[in-house]
Amino acid sequence: MKVLWLQSGGCGGCTQSLLCGESRPLFDEWRDAGIEFLWHPGLSLESGEEALAILEDCAEGRLAFDALCVEGAMLRGPNGTGRFHLLAGSGRPLTEWVARLARRARWVFAIGSCTAYGGFSANTPGNPLEACGLQYDEQTPGGLLGATFRTPEGLPVVNIAGCPTHPGWIIDTLEKAALEGLQPADLDEFGRPLLYAGGLVHHGCHRNEYYEFKASAQKPSDLGCLMENLGCKGTQAHADCNIRPWNGAGSCLRGGFACIACTEPGFESPGHAFQETPKLAGIPVGLPTDMPKAWFVALAALSKSATPKRVRSNAVADHPVVLPAVRKKGTSK
Amino acid sequence: MTRIVLGPFNRVEGDLELSLDLADGRVQAAYVNSPLFRGFEQILLGRAPLDALAIVPRICGICSVAQSAAAASALAEAMGLTPPPNGQLARHLIQATENVADHLTHFYLFFMPDFTRPAYASRPWHAAMTRRFAAVQGEAAAEVLPARANFLKLMGFLAGRWPHTLAIQPGGSTRAITAGERVRLLALLREFRSFLEKRLFGDALPAVAALASQDQLLAWAAGRAGDFPAFLAAASDLGLDRIGRAGDAFLSHGAYGLYPSGTWQGGVTIPFDPLAITEDTGRTWLVEAPPRHPAQGETIVDADKAGAYTWCKAPRYAGQPFEVGALARQLMAGHPLIGDMIARQGGSVMARVVARLLELARVVPAMEAWVQALQPGEPFCTAGEMPDEASGVGLVEAARGSLGHWLSIRRGRIERYQIVAPTTWNFSPRDSAGQPGPLEQALRGVPAGPDAPPTVQHVVRSFDPCMVCTVH
Repeated sequence: MKVLWLQSGGCGGCTQSLLCGESRPLFDEWRDAGIEFLWHPGLSLESGEEALAILEDCAEGRLAFDALCVEGAMLRGPNGTGRFHLLAGSGRPLTEWVARLARRARWVFAIGSCTAYGGFSANTPGNPLEACGLQYDEQTPGGLLGATFRTPEGLPVVNIAGCPTHPGWIIDTLEKAALEGLQPADLDEFGRPLLYAGGLVHHGCHRNEYYEFKASAQKPSDLGCLMENLGCKGTQAHADCNIRPWNGAGSCLRGGFACIACTEPGFESPGHAFQETPKLAGIPVGLPTDMPKAWFVALAALSKSATPKRVRSNAVADHPVVLPAVRKKGTSK
Repeated sequence: MTRIVLGPFNRVEGDLELSLDLADGRVQAAYVNSPLFRGFEQILLGRAPLDALAIVPRICGICSVAQSAAAASALAEAMGLTPPPNGQLARHLIQATENVADHLTHFYLFFMPDFTRPAYASRPWHAAMTRRFAAVQGEAAAEVLPARANFLKLMGFLAGRWPHTLAIQPGGSTRAITAGERVRLLALLREFRSFLEKRLFGDALPAVAALASQDQLLAWAAGRAGDFPAFLAAASDLGLDRIGRAGDAFLSHGAYGLYPSGTWQGGVTIPFDPLAITEDTGRTWLVEAPPRHPAQGETIVDADKAGAYTWCKAPRYAGQPFEVGALARQLMAGHPLIGDMIARQGGSVMARVVARLLELARVVPAMEAWVQALQPGEPFCTAGEMPDEASGVGLVEAARGSLGHWLSIRRGRIERYQIVAPTTWNFSPRDSAGQPGPLEQALRGVPAGPDAPPTVQHVVRSFDPCMVCTVH
């Protein structure tokens, strides 16, 4: 699989994240899977005219490639001109390059939430950048390429959403495409690969005991569940962040801060402060996906009343102040 | 005089375009264009103040922690908060991890592949360089990627993930390190130190940090196995110690409590005064206005402005362009090797690379000391209240230089937010007075054009530019 990579209205963080791929060095892993960079703006040797020649040959069908990976929102402004990002040296809007190249690709991958849905660039009030995703304006199908865009494989844009993406999400998705192919059934409703978006960030969260008892953190660095007070959306966000570790042993929750649902379209403007949970009558507005409100309220009341002292105390401390009891043979209970 | 346009200028973070006026195969005038505008300073307006911690890291995927730290510092000033000792150590560690990883990425993946260009095929070092540093395929990439990924496991512990963490808060860090994890952090640092000593330097870190002059450096490197010695041999052969000099005016915000802030010009170090900074929009596609201090700064698009050629503003210190980066940091820190190199031939391609790698040799041992100083069980974060009306300034050092955030809060919302990033300084355009920015100065006289060696490539990348930060 020959990969052509372009960057636009984003931060480049998905490439930086990709380079953290484990357990093998990325370039070795992909070489052995038959995946190679035809050109990547951050990694390839070719600069200036040499790079433009590659892009032009690809766009004109003279140079074959398989996958177009785009990293960053599509900036159509000002006034539809695309001048918020003219590809250096070409004088042409990056949006035009993407539209030309997408027609030649077997697969089009939106790398990161900016590329998929528009990102922070689309979240200035009034969207003066006229920013959008490749095939979405936040939750609405459309974007640069249009709702009906399909590749020769019959696929829409594959949205490897996340801000940034986990390296494994990109590596596994591209390897699946290269080695087994990708089917529409491999994607969810927002075009995200189910191989990482088929579950919730909540799954595998190491704070689950606190969640079960609604033993909640009150302030940054507390060990308790971050859902009730500190804005955590792990029970609503589609990703495997707590099953597939970040940087060896990490995740947002393990880092002590809320999941802000960065794989979801529109996460950038949640309508409340990121690190606060909006509540109505003391009950969080954003309840877990699939959970009826009455059940949640009843369960929360019950579990709060049954919270062990250890869990209640540790939830509001930054290190365990009460350790789990040690059972010895011969003692009762 | 002919004009050539170079772009996309790759292996920099983000997109970059150069326009060069040539005569007799040399650059007479350079114009640096940062061609991408995203408008983060507008995105932040009207948000809850702490939302800045979620938004600003997304300015940049390679300096995201530096952006977090600048915002957290500015918010801490607004809230009147000081992190506890553990919180300060954790922040130093998180920032240093990013800066060190960035130096490594820059050297191996962005900078060194230029020595493999076919234009250098006749040089005695070309075959070895190509074997080791060919883009993507070189043998060094296969070693440096795991070294970098394993080193960034520090972030898994300290910050949850990298890039884009919310662990850095105004009151410290959200992630209290346990005694057991401290052992793991030290093990990761030892592993990384071993990579640096075996592959990059071919010597122990203290020996590298003790090099006190350019003569000592070159004598130390002669015949030594290691990627840094290999760089020094090729750079000496190409005369890169005499190429790429900008205005020799340097500025640093100071870092980690180890390296002091300051400015340096004409051999004299002067205390840094944040009030002396202005941003000029004379040649920027922004509404014309007199130069303003960032606390009063504005960012209003004027895409059709005559005479403008970039989205980047022109920061000036006391009205002058200043260069920022590891070279400035180590100069302000009084390191004798850097002082000697600057005294000999000013800021150069070689000096910038040397300063970056010297910093690796100096910062990694400091990181080990910070981990040892952590006190598990003591607090990592102080809580505080956000006032409805306040202002704050956050001045930090990213890998590639000085980063400042200026914010003001009114009625509980962000009223103004201005950012001056390292490459905003280094790749600034001409200002209203016509003074070129540091890269524009550094490219004057450099050979360029169809038959020229790829010297321009070295000069540009010697600054380790981050274009996504530049305009933000």
